[in-house]
Amino acid sequence: MAELRVFCTGDLRPGRFDRWRRRDLLASTAALLASTALAKAELIRGALPWTPNAGHPPDPVKLGPWLYFTAAEAETIEAIADCIIPPDPQTAGGKDSGCAVYVDRQLAGPYGRSKGLYTKPPFMSGTKEQGPQSEAGPAAKYRQGLAALDRHCRSAHGKPFGQLDDATKNSILSDLENKKLTLQNADGNAFFEQVLKDVQQGFFADPIYGGNRDMASWKMIGFPGARYNYLDWIERHNERFPLPPVGMTGRAEWSER
Amino acid sequence: MVGALDMTRKLPKKDVVIIGLGWTGSILAHELTDEGLDVVAIERGPWRDAPTEFPPNYAQDELRYRIRHELFLQPAQNTFTFRNKMNQTALPIRNWGAFMPPNGVGGGGVHWNAETWRFLPSDFVLRTHLTERYGAAFLPEDMTIQDWGVTYDDLEPHYDTFEYLCGTSGTAGNLQGKVQDGGNPFEGPRSRPYPNPAQKQGFGHTLWAKAARDLGYKPFPQPSGNMSRAYTNPLGLRLGPCTYCGFCEWFGCGNYSKASPQTTILPVLVRKSNFSARSNSEVTRINTDRAGKRATGVTFVDSSGVEWEQPADLVILSAYTMFNVQLLLHSKIGQRYDPVANSGVIGRNFTHQTMSSVDGFFDKSKFNFNPFIASGAIGMCIDEFNGDNFDHAALGFVGGGYLGQVQTNGRPIETSPVPPGTPRWGAKWKDAKRDNYLSSLAGGSIHSSFYSYRDVYLDLDPAYTDRFGRPLMRMTIDFHDNELKAANYLTDKYAEIVKAMGANQVVKKPRKGPYDVTAYQTTHLNGGAIMGSDPKTSALNRYLQSWDVPNLFVMGASAFPQNAGYNPTGTVAALAFWSAKAIREQYLKNPGPLVDA
Repeated sequence: MAELRVFCTGDLRPGRFDRWRRRDLLASTAALLASTALAKAELIRGALPWTPNAGHPPDPVKLGPWLYFTAAEAETIEAIADCIIPPDPQTAGGKDSGCAVYVDRQLAGPYGRSKGLYTKPPFMSGTKEQGPQSEAGPAAKYRQGLAALDRHCRSAHGKPFGQLDDATKNSILSDLENKKLTLQNADGNAFFEQVLKDVQQGFFADPIYGGNRDMASWKMIGFPGARYNYLDWIERHNERFPLPPVGMTGRAEWSER
Repeated sequence: MVGALDMTRKLPKKDVVIIGLGWTGSILAHELTDEGLDVVAIERGPWRDAPTEFPPNYAQDELRYRIRHELFLQPAQNTFTFRNKMNQTALPIRNWGAFMPPNGVGGGGVHWNAETWRFLPSDFVLRTHLTERYGAAFLPEDMTIQDWGVTYDDLEPHYDTFEYLCGTSGTAGNLQGKVQDGGNPFEGPRSRPYPNPAQKQGFGHTLWAKAARDLGYKPFPQPSGNMSRAYTNPLGLRLGPCTYCGFCEWFGCGNYSKASPQTTILPVLVRKSNFSARSNSEVTRINTDRAGKRATGVTFVDSSGVEWEQPADLVILSAYTMFNVQLLLHSKIGQRYDPVANSGVIGRNFTHQTMSSVDGFFDKSKFNFNPFIASGAIGMCIDEFNGDNFDHAALGFVGGGYLGQVQTNGRPIETSPVPPGTPRWGAKWKDAKRDNYLSSLAGGSIHSSFYSYRDVYLDLDPAYTDRFGRPLMRMTIDFHDNELKAANYLTDKYAEIVKAMGANQVVKKPRKGPYDVTAYQTTHLNGGAIMGSDPKTSALNRYLQSWDVPNLFVMGASAFPQNAGYNPTGTVAALAFWSAKAIREQYLKNPGPLVDA
């Protein structure tokens, strides 16, 4: 079958991807909510409205300084990411696949401040079925949780989390997961659950968001990525799809680094 | 409210104002402009179209659309409070979970799966049918199911119209009373075949159908609004063949392969000189005359916060279920439902769906399902356990649903199942992800009904408010034993099929109570402004006309007296065409009540 990919149907020149990558934009998801939140009321009649990129193409995460984390926080998150997704000979771990970068960029963007969610008071605790009711958004929760974890590690083990041995790191995370360990001034279990969800989502999301670097997770499981057309494979039952994954910006070898 | 009344700017009067430009708003706008009426549609969200909003070069983005909910209403704009029981304090839904309210032009038609079902003939006369078969005492005392006031035969031509508008792909099971091989033998008679043949099916869907057939069932392809081939609809609009990209539901289709208002109606509608639409403009109130007997138009707020009045002779309320009910409550149209006194109608018979599932884990050296090759409405189903297709006498419950292997995606954040007992992180978790992605099936859909109850309802919250300072709507909803029993029974039946497929491990996930607002089921919320034959127990007559305000018609699943074991859109659209016909052929000649109260 023809090599099919998502970005364009005919133009395979690398220049398109260069231009895409060079776009100088801020946080990866800054424009995510713009289309609905800032859009203006319009009167439409006579013809379909058409505005180029009305839906805002995604903004690729750029490597560089941490946007939200401090260096110490980032070290801890990278260590946690490697516990959640340990490196193995075939597939990079959470740190090297960029999961901490992903979380950093997400927290610096609208997700970090609960943009678009209902954040009006009063904040009352309810049943599990009623869903999260906390006033703090993800960014604030990370800051509190990381500080509390750091205090615990220094007082109980004499070192920050990232400098502990693997067995100790894993047992701290297990204890947070199982509510055997409580942290001061933070909900340790909720913090763990938040990090677990974010790191794993970053691992499997499109590499454009900073995690899943080199499509490590997609190669690992056999997901061909942001492809657009499987018409000639839908009825090839029980046959492994033969093409490697692509991301929204194509594959690394298609453009200069 | 935003702005005092004297700040409101008044627009020139229209023949018709339509609130919400999703499926039903588009259908009504098309029908009523064909009648020569001057129509304006006012839509809360943005204009959306395939090439600009979800082009195929970045539509396949799981994080953005599935996880961060890009195409949906933002809870900051409007949300609901929720509690299970009347004696609890409802708290706001701060982020969506159990269902995903739409926003913007096209409404839910943008990001639906396009599963395009008809309800069973018995579903429309449910109370009568069940009472005749099992006796009135068989039904739980607090179950408030009703007949619809409209029959399958009334709606058949309109189901047909919608399917041909959409280019629905499927295999007929009953043509004019004659049961057809390969289709759903339980469906009501259809006047002609589907406009397009069924979609192709993947390995998992096909293997499931074979196992079901071996067990004596009659599997058939799920009716799909994803195109099995190129199609030109009766309006002259062209759709392309679906490419099975696996980014369908929760996403917009940039390939013109999914039936939506954008692909089947709007390009024609927007060119009509007697149609206009206002985007990013939220209707806050339906205005009535002093007696409250006649709608005079609507008030809406634009994106600058400016309030406008749009007078009109006829008002069509065609927002999503919840917002229809909310607008009726805010506009004080119809008597509010009181579950204690068991009086009033607005908010009554609120329902959702009862979804269960079964996962199957297979030997990876023998099975490769390529779960990422799929469409939103792909799949093979059986209907032996839907509605009253099976004898309930010994089972102790009523209702049911279709069972289907309808795996729509292999998007890895959402759909990369691991066997039970796998740690949630660490090396074993990573290995399990690697070992099971291609050889597991997580598309088991047990799509069961949700019947109505006296204590499941909508009203206004006493504490929380929206961005305009109006009370949020409050949902009081829980599962009742009847639905949970059905879920267990159907899940067991489904698991037998997965076992017969040759799975190593079969994981049953019957829906359990309490109703959880964080756990996604479907976006099939229904009721609250239901249709019927008696104004004491329904808000609308059989033509979706308000009993209280005859120049107001209310579209959508808010009219369902209870929910059946199917996806609702086919029925929602059929009702819209049915109502439009009544407006065109009866109401306009003699504007007034079409049914005497």
